[in-house]
Order: sequence, then structure tokens, then C-alpha cells
Amino acid sequence: MGAKPTFKEDSTSAISLPAETEIRLYRQLIRVRHAEETLAALYKEKEMRTPTHFGVGQEAVAVGACGALRNDDVVYTHHRSHTHYLAKGGSLLGLVAELYGREGGCSRGRGGSVHLTDRSVGMLGSSPILGEGVALAVGSALAFRMDGQNRVATSFFGEGTFDEGIVYECLNYASVNKLPVLLVCENNFYATESPMEVRQPAGTELCERVASFKIKAERIDGNDVVAVFDAARRAVDHIRDGQGPYFIECETYRWLEHVGPMFDHELGRSYRTKEEVEAWMQRCPVRRGAARLLARKIATQPQLDQWMAETRAEMTKVVAQAKASPWPDPSALFENAY
Amino acid sequence: MRKIKYSQALSEGIVQSMEKDPNIFMTGIAVDYPSGIFGSTTEATRRFGPKRVFDAPAMENALTGIAIGAAAVGKRPIIVHPRNDFMFLAFDMIINLAAKWKYMYGGNAGAVPIVVRAVIGKGWGQGASHSQSLQSVLGHFPGLNVVMPAFPRDAKGLMMSALTHSSPVIILEHRTLYDTEGDVPEEPVYTPIGKAAVVREGKDLTIVATSFMAYEALHAAAELEKEGISAEIVDLRSIRPLDEETILNSVRKTGHLIVADTSWELCGVVSEVAALVAEKGFSSLKGPVRRIALANCPAPVSQPLEKAFYPTATTIAKAAMSMMGKFSGHFGNIDREDNFKGPY
Repeated sequence: MGAKPTFKEDSTSAISLPAETEIRLYRQLIRVRHAEETLAALYKEKEMRTPTHFGVGQEAVAVGACGALRNDDVVYTHHRSHTHYLAKGGSLLGLVAELYGREGGCSRGRGGSVHLTDRSVGMLGSSPILGEGVALAVGSALAFRMDGQNRVATSFFGEGTFDEGIVYECLNYASVNKLPVLLVCENNFYATESPMEVRQPAGTELCERVASFKIKAERIDGNDVVAVFDAARRAVDHIRDGQGPYFIECETYRWLEHVGPMFDHELGRSYRTKEEVEAWMQRCPVRRGAARLLARKIATQPQLDQWMAETRAEMTKVVAQAKASPWPDPSALFENAY
Repeated sequence: MRKIKYSQALSEGIVQSMEKDPNIFMTGIAVDYPSGIFGSTTEATRRFGPKRVFDAPAMENALTGIAIGAAAVGKRPIIVHPRNDFMFLAFDMIINLAAKWKYMYGGNAGAVPIVVRAVIGKGWGQGASHSQSLQSVLGHFPGLNVVMPAFPRDAKGLMMSALTHSSPVIILEHRTLYDTEGDVPEEPVYTPIGKAAVVREGKDLTIVATSFMAYEALHAAAELEKEGISAEIVDLRSIRPLDEETILNSVRKTGHLIVADTSWELCGVVSEVAALVAEKGFSSLKGPVRRIALANCPAPVSQPLEKAFYPTATTIAKAAMSMMGKFSGHFGNIDREDNFKGPY
């Protein structure tokens, strides 16, 4: 029982990336983390009327994987989607204004937290019904292949999505047609509040299952942004080389409740212990990212502090802008129904 | 004008659209078989080959999602279900994504103009799960267009309109109509989506009918003419959007309404049309509306049960006689012989 990490914290110490890549990934990490933490804190004011699934703790998966993609590659994601939206380059103001239900939101206040889009950066859409994004990515990949475009379609999804039948339809189709699709699973051990062991047979290895569809699959430390980036660029090379889909299972952990801004223990929930959550918070991807930069002398503590200050300033400004921006006009209720 | 079959008209609409728009492709179970979905995909397969017309595994929900994902990056997919009943498996994608895509992303994620063709089965004991007709279920959801071509001209025209539309279109075809013939222009033709058609002018009563039932209504009207009853027939063609004006105009003229559909009554298209007229055309009505729909049970297989299950031209004609205050006891079976023997 319980969610135990399988990776050592120093498992990527042998991987060396250019300093600018390391810095880019780290700055994305703190930006996504700070956005999520700020939004979670503001959510308690009850001005955001949209059920929200915060991705605090899981940032490295989105940042690492999107870091290996091009702007014209497309991404689909699920209900816990702020991390991917921001990591792919989605407008921060668009996200915040969307949560506040404003016309200036990325979906103009029609979608809320689980329906985010920013086509200008290839963040096509998030949707909360499990498995939808997998099929969408396979479909975009099919279109890219038909048009001879060397683009990659990515789907982010949780391990709970393996409880849905559509995943197997998609794995089969993507493999038989060797489609350019990157499948990134965030295995955070719980589907809502149900642990893996009540949903899948004991000893289940998702990579083994995916590999049985003749798809290349690997499991990595999803709390290590370098491990994710490294696996994603390997996957993207494989895909752009025409070798078909690639599956990366990222072991990670959600810090907050399934939906909402609170810690589970604050609400008396018992499906996981406070100790388990705190042990995973020790494996914080942001802290690990900072430690790596300092250890490799890629950045100094004052630089880290400076980047954090810039991130805070940006967020403060964006929140104020979003809150001051106009609501949708009720006369536009029917707009875009067709 | 040239007469061709409903299946040829569908085919011609697809081929002419594919010639105009290189982003159209067609997939689904059996689309590239020599039988070609009752001949409607054979010419497209021959002309455009496996890059644009290709078979798919049985995975209705994933396939629909794949079509949406392809449409999101610029394609215009046609997916085909050889029976409506399989489409239930695709309802998540059709209803939760395709119908809402434009709206729930505020128009910023673009459009996903997929076309879904699905065939309604009937007769030869096709039974409970190969004979359903999903217009009222799908017609319920804003964001979808649901059309039911009854005649070859509209089979081509609605297909071509669907393939230029900016939002998803569900085309419900009827298995018994593929061999029916009618006038169809050789050049491209675009039947407006959301417009019904008065296919027979009359003055005594209005019969609003869908798909195969429009065909049955025409046959009934010819017989009713001999009894001195002049029936006007409105072929609904589009379920959503619903052409309220054409229905109301006809009822204003005749004062009587029969509605006939290929599915059931409760929460069905027949009830929707009846409610519309009750709400917006009540003062025109000279008597109660009559709904003609499937018997209120699943479709049976055995011949006498199947015969009892389906309403026909006779059902419509008898209802019209009684509505007009005429004795229908002498009125025998006017139904044409059912020659359907497959293929299914």
C-alpha cells in the first residue's frame, strides 16, 4: 500500500545539458509552480467559479516534455492541465482570466479550468473526460502523417486513464499506423482517491502493457525535469524518425486534493496519509532543479532569487489584469454554438 | 433531369466534395470494401485510393476522437458507421467534444467540422440492435447538426453541404433507401442544412415526415387522393436545426398535423414537432396532432412481430382518414411489397 518512489534522486546526475537548456527548464518550473500556488491560494477567495485541479508537485512532467517539443507540435491534455498549458507556452493572462470567467480568458470564459486552449503555441485543448486527449493526439498525428508534416502530437494523461477502454483502441491504432504521437502518462498513484491496487491487478506494469502493443515504452522519474526532458527528446527523435509512437510513464505525485486548493489532511481525508504526502514533497521537482543548478555551478543563489522575483512580479501583474478585465456580455450567450 | 439511385447520389456528393477539398478523407469499418457501404463509397475508393479512403478497426469512440483531432489541425474527416447502433459507442466524442468544441473554447480552438454517416437498418429481422435511429438522441445537443436525407437529390445535397459546414454534421441514412431513384443534378448541389422541404403540396392536412417515412407518406398521400383527401407532405430533412417556419406555414394552411418518424414517440422527433405546433401554431389546429412512430418496444426479429412493429403507408393513411372524419374500415393494406433481402 501507499505510493513509494522507485527512483533515486541522483539518477540523472550523468546527464549533461547545455546551461541555457538547464536554465530554461528551471525557469519554466518555477513559473508553473508559482502560478499554481498563487491560483490555489486565490481560489480560496471563491471568486474563481470553476472546479480546478491543481498540478502542484507534477510540474516537471509538463515542463520536461514540452521542453523537447517545437512550437508547431501540438499538445492535448486532461483536467489537471494548467501545467501543460503553461509549459507549452500558453498565455498566463489567458489562464488566469479564464479561471476568473473573463472575456479575456483563453477560452473567453466559456471553458473554465478544464477547457484551456492556446492554438498560437500548439496547446490545442484540455478536456476532462479521461482518454479523450489520447484519441485527439492520435488524430492530429494521423493528419500530420497524411500531409507529410514532420510534427509530433502529444497527449498528457494520468495513469487512471488506463482504466478506460479508449486508451487501448488508441494504442492499437497509433501502433498499427506508426503515427507520430508522444504519449506522456503522469502516474501519480491515485485516480481521484482510488489507489492503483483497487483498479488494476497486482504487479501491473503500464510500460509492459503498452509495449505489448509494439510501442516503445519507458518509465522515468517524473519529479526530475532533466529525466523527463531527456526521455522526451529521445522519444521525439524516435517519432520524427518515422518509427511510430512512444510512451513515457512519469512517476510523480500530486500534493493537493484531487480537485480544489486544499491538502487532503486539512479536510480529514484518509485515502493517503499526511506523512506520505510530506515524503513526496521532499522530492519536490523545483527544489531538485535548484539544487542541480547550484551543484553544477550553472546558477548562483542570487540568480535563482532574481528569477523567482521576476516570476512573482509577472504573476502579481497578471492577476491584477485578469481581475480588472471585463466579463463576457450575456448577449453573446449563443456565440460559437455553431 | 437525370435519375440516379440514393447510393449513387451519396457517392457523387462525396466524390465531388473530395475533388474540391483535398482535406476530406473517409474512414470507418468496411468503407473500402468492394461492397462500399451499399455502393456509396466505391467510386471514392477507386478514385482517391487508400490515402483518402481507408478501413478502420472497430473502435467507434477512438475513431471519432481521431477524426476530431484530425479536424482540429485542418482535416475534414468523414466517418461511417454501417449501422446507427454502433454510434452509441462514439457518444462521448460526438457529444462531449465535437458538439461543444467551438463553444467551450470560446471559438479560440477553431472548429472540428467532422461528418458522421450512419445507416438506419430495417427489416429482414435485423432486430433490436441493428435497426435503431438516433436522430432524437443526437438532435438534443446544441452544437450538432443532424440531417436525414430521404430523396436522392438531398442525399447528394446534404452530403455536399455537410462537407462545407463549419460544425459537425451527423447524416442518418436509411438502409431501405439506397436503391430508390430520383432526379439529381450532375453538377454540385447544396441542400441547406436546417431547411425542410414541402415535397407534396396539399390543403387538407400536413404530414411532417423524416427519412423513409417521407417516402411512406408520399405513397399514403397518393392513396388518400383517391379518397378525396389532399395531403401536404413536409420532408423534415434536418432534425437540428429544426425548420420551424416550414412546419408552421404548412399547418397554418391545412389545420391538421400528422408527424411520422423512423424512431420512437417518447422524447422523439414526432413529439418535438407536435410540441412546436402546440406552442406556436395552436390557433391553426382544427384537431389533435397525431404522432406515428415505432411500437413502444425494441425491434423484434420474427416476421409477424416485425410487421406489427413498423408503421407504414397504411398506418399513415388510416390516421389521415380518421383525422378527416372519414371511415377507414374499408381501407385495406396499401403497403408495397417489401423486397428487401440484403445485403445488410
